[in-house]
Amino acid sequence: MAILDLIDITQQFKDGYSLKAVNLCVDQGDVFALIGPTGAGKTTLIRIIDLLDWPMSGQIIFGGTDVTRSKRERLKARRRMAYVQQRPTVFDMNVYDNVALGLKWRRVPRSIIRGRVEHALELVGLADYQKRNARTLSGGETQRVAIARALVTGPELLLLDEPTANLDPVSTEKVELILETIIQARQTTMVMSTHDRSQGQRLANKMGVLIDGEILQIGTPAEMFRSPTRKRVADFVGVGNMLDGVVGERIDESLVNIQINGNTLQAISDFEEGAKVWTLVRTEDVTFSLQETSTSARNTFNGPITRMTPVATLVRIEIDCGFALVGVVTAKTVSEMGLEIGTVLFASFKATAIHVIHRQSHD
Amino acid sequence: MIWDAFVEALRLIWNLDHEVMEIAWRSLRIAATSSAISFLLIALPLGTLIHFNRFPGKPLVISTIQTLFAMPAVVVGLLTYDLLSNKGAFGELGWYLTPDAIVFGQTLLITPVMLGLVISALNGVDKSIPETATTMGASRLQTYLISIREARFGILTALVMGFGRAISEVGISIMVGGNIRGYTRTLTTTITLETQMGELELAHALGIILILLAFVINLSLLSLQYRESKWLSWI
Repeated sequence: MAILDLIDITQQFKDGYSLKAVNLCVDQGDVFALIGPTGAGKTTLIRIIDLLDWPMSGQIIFGGTDVTRSKRERLKARRRMAYVQQRPTVFDMNVYDNVALGLKWRRVPRSIIRGRVEHALELVGLADYQKRNARTLSGGETQRVAIARALVTGPELLLLDEPTANLDPVSTEKVELILETIIQARQTTMVMSTHDRSQGQRLANKMGVLIDGEILQIGTPAEMFRSPTRKRVADFVGVGNMLDGVVGERIDESLVNIQINGNTLQAISDFEEGAKVWTLVRTEDVTFSLQETSTSARNTFNGPITRMTPVATLVRIEIDCGFALVGVVTAKTVSEMGLEIGTVLFASFKATAIHVIHRQSHD
Repeated sequence: MIWDAFVEALRLIWNLDHEVMEIAWRSLRIAATSSAISFLLIALPLGTLIHFNRFPGKPLVISTIQTLFAMPAVVVGLLTYDLLSNKGAFGELGWYLTPDAIVFGQTLLITPVMLGLVISALNGVDKSIPETATTMGASRLQTYLISIREARFGILTALVMGFGRAISEVGISIMVGGNIRGYTRTLTTTITLETQMGELELAHALGIILILLAFVINLSLLSLQYRESKWLSWI
């Protein structure tokens, strides 16, 4: 059952930030990640969902009811949600009182407040911080207070705006762990915005890509990363190889040739011969070897290494095989194979590893 | 001279001189009443509404309030006289030459200061405070209260400044109170009277008592700022 339904939400600001007819449906129990680059309109949309700002046009259906402009109704609806802001503000009082405020404002009896606040603080690992002034906490701890403050009211919908954007990696890990616990234990419906693609993938069961105020694709994380439907989505989720091609002759019912810069790839696609396409190959689907080996992969190319870029424990390898092809190997592999700029490598990938999308004028 | 006055002040306090105590108590009561009326009934609610609401002419209203900070007590005394004297618009109230008239005048005098300082204290609260409260499900009134709580130091300063101005003014007390012995005589009007009569030692002694009184009151109000106490827990 849908708990939130946004219909044609449009917002335009003087400074250009906008949303263009956004449609979004979030089912009860969903963890929906709204991913997109900075400035795409994620915060604008989350603020509209929390009824802090009112869109220029469109409808907000929350819990089956069309939320109107009436302040009283908005307050009633807002009290069934909770919103953790990107840079949460805490009040100049101790941690306990900060977390208890939302309950006091909802006129929850004092006898119930204590237990709920203590439970929420325990959940975020701040049980020993009750008496500390919240303004003396670190960024990560403040974010955890904000999460406790949101959870304590038992919201039907939890909104998180870039919950780890301003945190160091250790604090990020802690906050993600807390969110995972909440997701597993409480079945809380969540809408979270993040520019961190992998965070969305780790936490959410549904994702929407918001770019330039438009939701370009909605689906499961797997669909989003393996089968983007638009070039801009593929660009954002980072497939690694996005090759400009034209569909050639059909090999069989599913296989077609695709011409790329004078080279031919075999891929699974329904597109007609002559169709202009983007051919997407994820870096992790490309395997490298020093000699040509017989594999089941239908696509094998070779060329010298033109670029090597370390990425954490991996190394991103780019070879020139008539077109630039990128793959990843471990740092250990680099040293074992003695790879360096200029080393000629054979790269192979399966026809099923290729995702083909139509090239449109407004990709 | 100052030393003698100081000794005389101590003597008057030590002996609990009946008339001096009565005058000091009256001054305190009148100034506290006008401060409470101005702060609780006007400056705090009106300042909060002005701060949180947009309306045409808001900057003009705020600059007018700030201009009135410097209004001389004697001009307010004159205005109060115009309103409360027997021929005045509110003459029928019968407040002229009563402590009520002084309270009325002092309230007019200190309200702009308190109002201006309340608005400025609320201006100093980060914009994210009311917004965070709203996201947490606070009603409009609850949002106002939490913002006032965050601005409490500045708001207490408004109260302290207003009280200081009220207890130290003389123009209003003389013009609409009449300096009637045992009825409307306050510390400041007595100092004026005693100085005119050449009783400089007593005048100085009363001056010192006035300063001590203002000091003790202000100190106890300001001490609230440094205590993380329960006095705000109702918010």
